[in-house]
Amino acid sequence: MSMVTIDKSGPTRKVKYGSMSRDRTWALRWSYFFLTLFAVFSLVPPFYMLITSLKGSAEISAATNPWWVYHPTFENYIQLLTSNQFLRFFWNSAWVSIIVVTITMLISVPAAFALARMKFWGSATLATGVFLTYLIPDSLLFIPLFKMFAVFGDWTGIQLVNRWYVLLFIYPTLTVPFCTWIMIGYFASIPKELDEAAIIDGASWFQTLTRIFIPVALPGLIAATIFAFTVSWAQFLYPLVFTTSTDQLVLPVGIITTLIKGDVFNWGQIMTGALLGAAPPLIIYAFLMDYYIAGLTAGATKG
Amino acid sequence: MVDVAFQSSRTAAAQAGRRRVGLRNALRRKSMSAFLMTLPLILLIAILVIYPAIYSLHLATLNKAMTKFVGFGNFEFLFKRDTFWLVVKQSCIFAISAVIFKALIGFIVAHFVHNVPANKQRKWRGMLLVPWVIPPAMSTLAWLWLFDPSYSAFNYTLSFFGLGPIPWTGDAMWARFSVILVNVWYGAPFFMIMYLAALKSVPEQLYEAAAIDGANWWQRIWYVTLPMMRNIIAITTLFSLIVTFANFDIVRILTAGGPLDHTHIFATWAFRVGIEGSDIPLGASVSLFMVPILAIAAIFILRDITKRGNES
Repeated sequence: MSMVTIDKSGPTRKVKYGSMSRDRTWALRWSYFFLTLFAVFSLVPPFYMLITSLKGSAEISAATNPWWVYHPTFENYIQLLTSNQFLRFFWNSAWVSIIVVTITMLISVPAAFALARMKFWGSATLATGVFLTYLIPDSLLFIPLFKMFAVFGDWTGIQLVNRWYVLLFIYPTLTVPFCTWIMIGYFASIPKELDEAAIIDGASWFQTLTRIFIPVALPGLIAATIFAFTVSWAQFLYPLVFTTSTDQLVLPVGIITTLIKGDVFNWGQIMTGALLGAAPPLIIYAFLMDYYIAGLTAGATKG
Repeated sequence: MVDVAFQSSRTAAAQAGRRRVGLRNALRRKSMSAFLMTLPLILLIAILVIYPAIYSLHLATLNKAMTKFVGFGNFEFLFKRDTFWLVVKQSCIFAISAVIFKALIGFIVAHFVHNVPANKQRKWRGMLLVPWVIPPAMSTLAWLWLFDPSYSAFNYTLSFFGLGPIPWTGDAMWARFSVILVNVWYGAPFFMIMYLAALKSVPEQLYEAAAIDGANWWQRIWYVTLPMMRNIIAITTLFSLIVTFANFDIVRILTAGGPLDHTHIFATWAFRVGIEGSDIPLGASVSLFMVPILAIAAIFILRDITKRGNES
């Protein structure tokens, strides 16, 4: 079969016309070749997480072929999913993320509506300010924020440091500016006639927002929700700074501080924990990829 | 009796109605309700972003026990330390080389994905974006395990080619390479997605016109693709520069600054000094050194965005 095709392509090489389509075919083959290379590069770490998570500790220390599992076992999964500590991390992460997403939406959707539609004194400056806030990274603010909450605790007696719910105050600084920014973009793209019609029919501003803007801009809303969830789930620096007791930790920090004991790395469990920690964003991404990408390209997310 | 009761209730209702109308009128006034709607946002930004930013300027002028004003004492102390200059150098090397490689790889991969027939693009895009979706703290753990000194899967594979073992995180130069590699792995998909969106917006006629004029593939990229994508390339690169410069997770987990502080960047060193070393003023001073670079990048991004806003 392959001989025949080679014979066939032989003579056409000397003929001038048709070279365009042959160029195309070769370009396509090279594209597939390099895409495969890049896809392998992208998927090696998650694949290796999976491989290691299925290995028992004996197999890991035996240093056999690291890319293959000879005796697959679920013991790592069973150990982690029955350990109260790990489930506690998971619940903390889940609670923090869900509440932060709610707070973010409650703050940013009305604000974006006001900034996109109700021009008022300073609204343009505020929109720019929101965007600038989004550019301020967490690594610039963690030290003053930590000190601020410590001083606040000294003054009022309300101790927030080393409580998981302190993160509910801090994460919105990361999620709200971006969500407001992309919601402004989505709301601004809605034709003016739509809300003018609603106002003429006697709708209040609140009704215009809930009956017209939110349903029409639903894709943007979903993209913003996904973004807020991913950011709060993945955040590592703030929980590392603010929480230290093992029952207050969220998943990423919990895995790193409890499964790594001094120089002893229990790699089977660490990889299992990392995979379970990566699962929620991956599952959301698998089902809502288009919204995910829309959010990414709409506001030029952090990279 | 009945009449009186009826009357009084009617006046009460009227009063309540008037009050409600008054409230409704106030709410209907655009500026008032708009202000109320943005108030939580303004409070959040003022209390938890702007105030701490100013507060860190104040903190940077205090001594370690935070009892005495020392002016620029912390900065003078930093300038005299070799580690500080190492951190400055490493931050620049890390951010610039990582962003260049992310941009290049993203550009190349976006072209390959764009070449593939449209119905298959989704699948490839889905696979190539996975590094961006996994929380960086989690994926860096996988890299740490791939780089493990005694069980490294990379060294195992390389040994078949007679290479290695490579001290991925043990040697200063290799550790620098490793943190950049992991950052490129994590950030390149973002560039790919942005460039892919930009590539799709370039009108096909331009390429046809270029092909008729006899342009080869290189000329098509240089004279058609790049000028059309200039805006998105600039903005993506600046964004990435900010985030890479402020990176914490990857360096912290992979090397924690080692070996011998050679891979520390501003964020990780500020954490080491400020939180672990409990010298909060010094930590605040270290992280303040990120501000100039961030400010420059932010100004350029803002200029670009307002320009785009004016065009549309």
